[in-house]
Amino acid sequence: MNLTLFVWRQPNAGAPGSMQRYEARDVSPDMSFLEMLDVVNEGLVERGEMPIAFDHDCREGICGSCGMMINGVAHGPMKGTATCQLHMRSFQDGATIYIEPWRSRAFPVVRDLVVNRSALDRIIAAGGFISASTGGARDGNTIPVPKSDADGAMDAAACIGCGACVAACPNGSVSLFTAAKISHLGLLPQGQPERYRRAERMVAQMDAEGFGHCTLYGECQEACPKEISIDNIARMNRDYLVASVAKKEEKVTGGTG
Amino acid sequence: MELRSRTPSGPLEKKWEKHRFEMKLVNPANKRKYTIIVVGSGLAGGAAAASLSELGYNVKCFCFQDSPRRAHSIAAQGGINAAKNYQNDGDSVFRLFYDTIKGGDFRAREANVYRLAEVSVNIIDQCVAQGVPFAREYGGLLANRSFGGAQVSRTFYARGQTGQQLLLGAYQALEKEIAKGGVTMFPRHEMLDLVVVNGRARGIVTRDMLTGELETHLADAVILGTGGYANVFYLSTNAKGSNATAIWRAYKRGAAFANPCFTQIHPTCIPVSGEHQSKLTLMSESLRNDGRVWVPKRKEDCPKPPNQIPEPDRDYYLERKYPSFGNLSPRDIASRAAKEVCDEGRGVGPGGRGVYLDFSDAIRRLGRDRIAERYGNLFEMYQRITDENPYEVPMRIYPAAHYTMGGLWVDYNLMSTIPGLHVIGEANFSDHGANRLGASALMQGLGDGYFIVPLTIGDYIGSSKLEPVAPDAPEVRATEAAVRERTERLLSVKGSRTVTSFHRELGRIVWEYCGMARTAEGLRTALGLIPRLRADFWKDVRIPGTGAELNQSLEHAGRVADFFELAELMCVDALHREESCGGHFRVEYQTPDGEARRRDDEFAYVAAWEYTGDGTPPTLNKEPLVFENVALSQRSYK
Repeated sequence: MNLTLFVWRQPNAGAPGSMQRYEARDVSPDMSFLEMLDVVNEGLVERGEMPIAFDHDCREGICGSCGMMINGVAHGPMKGTATCQLHMRSFQDGATIYIEPWRSRAFPVVRDLVVNRSALDRIIAAGGFISASTGGARDGNTIPVPKSDADGAMDAAACIGCGACVAACPNGSVSLFTAAKISHLGLLPQGQPERYRRAERMVAQMDAEGFGHCTLYGECQEACPKEISIDNIARMNRDYLVASVAKKEEKVTGGTG
Repeated sequence: MELRSRTPSGPLEKKWEKHRFEMKLVNPANKRKYTIIVVGSGLAGGAAAASLSELGYNVKCFCFQDSPRRAHSIAAQGGINAAKNYQNDGDSVFRLFYDTIKGGDFRAREANVYRLAEVSVNIIDQCVAQGVPFAREYGGLLANRSFGGAQVSRTFYARGQTGQQLLLGAYQALEKEIAKGGVTMFPRHEMLDLVVVNGRARGIVTRDMLTGELETHLADAVILGTGGYANVFYLSTNAKGSNATAIWRAYKRGAAFANPCFTQIHPTCIPVSGEHQSKLTLMSESLRNDGRVWVPKRKEDCPKPPNQIPEPDRDYYLERKYPSFGNLSPRDIASRAAKEVCDEGRGVGPGGRGVYLDFSDAIRRLGRDRIAERYGNLFEMYQRITDENPYEVPMRIYPAAHYTMGGLWVDYNLMSTIPGLHVIGEANFSDHGANRLGASALMQGLGDGYFIVPLTIGDYIGSSKLEPVAPDAPEVRATEAAVRERTERLLSVKGSRTVTSFHRELGRIVWEYCGMARTAEGLRTALGLIPRLRADFWKDVRIPGTGAELNQSLEHAGRVADFFELAELMCVDALHREESCGGHFRVEYQTPDGEARRRDDEFAYVAAWEYTGDGTPPTLNKEPLVFENVALSQRSYK
């Protein structure tokens, strides 16, 4: 296969960027999309040019490092598939492919296709955890979890934190990512004590990071490589609502005897 | 070099308890005065960083990925072992200990392995408390499966994404501590050297991968949880970024490297499809529970579509050679058997490097729906990569480099031969001997990170007098200068070949001569080829750009430069170990029926290599392995 690529090149966050044209020759349909870019990059290095920078690591669709807009679609044309698992057989010989970084105000471009997604970590740090310090946990089987709840929690926990939901959303909302964590922990009995506090804090953090609001376009669910459902957003909104209605002031007293 | 294992005295099952009581403690109010560096944010590093911060230490945690959640532990599929005996099938701490020691072909330290089996039960409890969504039975209790040839069901799992869910548990605990201010996180930072002052590990030099800035971070102790070195083979199941630079730099600063030739080749990976191949994808070992492995009996049948090869013309070689374990034989045995049939010319698929893993019997017996329920996501992944439907045609699989049992030598406290440098998870050598059993890597990473190193660090700090180190101390300055010089040297070569082309060529040599089967002759050949290729690399590598920017070629070049040196040490170790054990198979040492022949009288020791300078051979130090609780037996899976 021979392809024409238009790739966003930008040397650093401060410099202007532009789409550059490259020819990809003799591409095998068995190559992954990233392997096709590897081959293009080998050619660039041989010519003494800077290779196209992109984040990638496991190349098994689980680490969430990779991600790019391929012909305007987050992670490209194959549903439920991260960029690294997309193979060139999904494209026609002679095709032109446009490759851009994730688009979002909250994900500034670092270089070429590499963006800064640290906002996602800060949303988790705001409350996306169960406070259970190491040691002192009870025997695992003393907390029975109905299978349907465990399965629902696992469906939400499958999120790989790639940011495709943000890139796909016309509003640049991070609701699907945040809601997936709120659902995962909120569905489990272990997550109940912090359930409403968690929802309140995580939602406040995603607003503070400059992400847009959710208006239920549903594009996130379409782009998600793990096919996480927007039902989770309804669950987040419910928990957030309960949290704001029943808000109790947190006291920092007691226990200091 | 003196190798003191510091194994506590007393009966096996009392050692850890006794040691915990005897260890020095650090007063809770004093802990915040101590800074601990943790390099790596996977199961071991992430768990250690979070747990140390919970105890009150001041923690700095480093990872090369853009977020600690992306460490390669995330890709583990199958599960995590624990001696819970929830299934009432006779499991116990001692049985898990015994299986692990035996599975490792009696090349691990008894006391460490026993402690690992002991803490395995705490790991599950801890993970449940954190909200890890383990698989459950309808009654709400935890589900188990048997895995990797174990005779009991002790593996806990979260669909095919156990590593992801355990890592997210550790990552969430880590983020909780980051929010509290106990941990300062440095993503996109790569450790390039270890700072040793007065013989103690006191810090690291890192490169900020976005700006290229070199930074020195000083501390009271350093913990490496930087994973294994399987990318020395270029093609492996490891993530592209996984590298040995942190442990290799530590080795060159005086930490002994133990058993580097103990590497694991995983039997069930998707075969190479062409020259462009950048990595290999593992298919969970659990597939062997229902899939049958075969190749055609005759070479001539290999190019035929599998459904045109009738039953009598198929060789189910694992079932034939190992009737009692069959398709569930341990990893090293299954891998070598696949290589043998392919070497005989009976392999299938591109290049004749593949064997069939066939589900048609299981589909007939259990129905397509049951198989889909068990392996649906794996079948989907396989089809996405190969464009073949495993419900219709057998999968093709081939072994691939997967895990490295060797690593930096550590004592019972997980401390290396450099005081203050602790090494945890896959980066150390300690628990898996010559072969790791399925679902044991996650157990070891979390055991080291949550339950062992947070305590032993306290003992080190409580029993050492640690003077403050000045940022301009001569040792600090010298280390910074060495890192700067090395980076500049790489950039100044300005040759003609890409880093990847060198890495690929190195990988081919290591795979060919120090892979699944090794001979003295082949290893000597490799020891001739590797230094020549390394010299070419330093003369002819081309790295575009500068050191003061995000430069992925430069990052890769530094890692490959270290892989060259490590590859040589692997071959030296493999050549010296004149026996076969676990993943180390020396063709000269096999039983009449082709199985690994251990030589316990001569080789029941840990080979801990000591760096003596570039161009001079490393010194071999031996830690004898003493077995007081198990009888050394020849593994038999027939």
